[in-house]
Amino acid sequence: METLIVNVLLTLMMLAVVVLARTRNLFAVIVLSGLYSFLMATAMVALDAVDVAMTEAAVGAGISTVLLLGALHLCRSEEAKPAHKPWLPLAVTASAGLLLVYGTWDLPAFSDPEAPIHKHVAPRYLADGPRETGVPNVVTAVLASYRGFDTLGETTVVFTAGAGIIALLRRRRRTTADKEAP
Amino acid sequence: MFAAAALALLATLALTLLRAARGPSVFDRLLATNTVGTCAVLLLAVIGFLTGRPEFLDLALVYGLLNVIGTVAVLKFFRQGALGDPGNGNGNGAAR
Repeated sequence: METLIVNVLLTLMMLAVVVLARTRNLFAVIVLSGLYSFLMATAMVALDAVDVAMTEAAVGAGISTVLLLGALHLCRSEEAKPAHKPWLPLAVTASAGLLLVYGTWDLPAFSDPEAPIHKHVAPRYLADGPRETGVPNVVTAVLASYRGFDTLGETTVVFTAGAGIIALLRRRRRTTADKEAP
Repeated sequence: MFAAAALALLATLALTLLRAARGPSVFDRLLATNTVGTCAVLLLAVIGFLTGRPEFLDLALVYGLLNVIGTVAVLKFFRQGALGDPGNGNGNGAAR
């Protein structure tokens, strides 16, 4: 039953992407991408990745809808016709997708406990994590201690992205000096 | 029982996606997205009970709140033509 749900959701997401690519009205595109994010988040929940699903729903359907609407205010509401034929980018994308599908053939089965990723460092984190880091929660120990620099880099990236978006979308408030200048 | 509910919700999702794709006006698409959010909340609850682990019902609350935020943002954009205006009172409209 869960497999059926996930398959139907993925099919709907594929259809949504096709509709998104064919729509020229940018406002409709923003609304449809929110729809896509909700489908994606539901599929993540069906795959037991609840934290990723929550992030996807908050970022994809919540914040990016608001940010894209703010950006739409600054540009035209219709997408321009592309100047080039899309055949070369389409071929590159399709071949990259085929390569990725070919790569999935060698993956271990979904949620297989014997998969190599669960055999490498995870047993040591589980066994020695509380003693080595002093953090009782294993997930927090891995994120904040074993991968501390990684997490610091991610936080820096998120901060830079937020600062850039604020700098782009901020509107200059008209001051009295601006009015008197011209 | 829950399986039948899940199937019905998936059929609703498919029909809603059709409306979002065909929808002549933007408001059809907006309503379709809102309905997809509601279906996501319901499907989340149904999946929880289908797998016997209804611990993730709190996440459904988050989805509901996000749905409200998205819809309010879109409607505010339509009413005022911008988000985060200082609010000088002249609604210049989004239909440019």
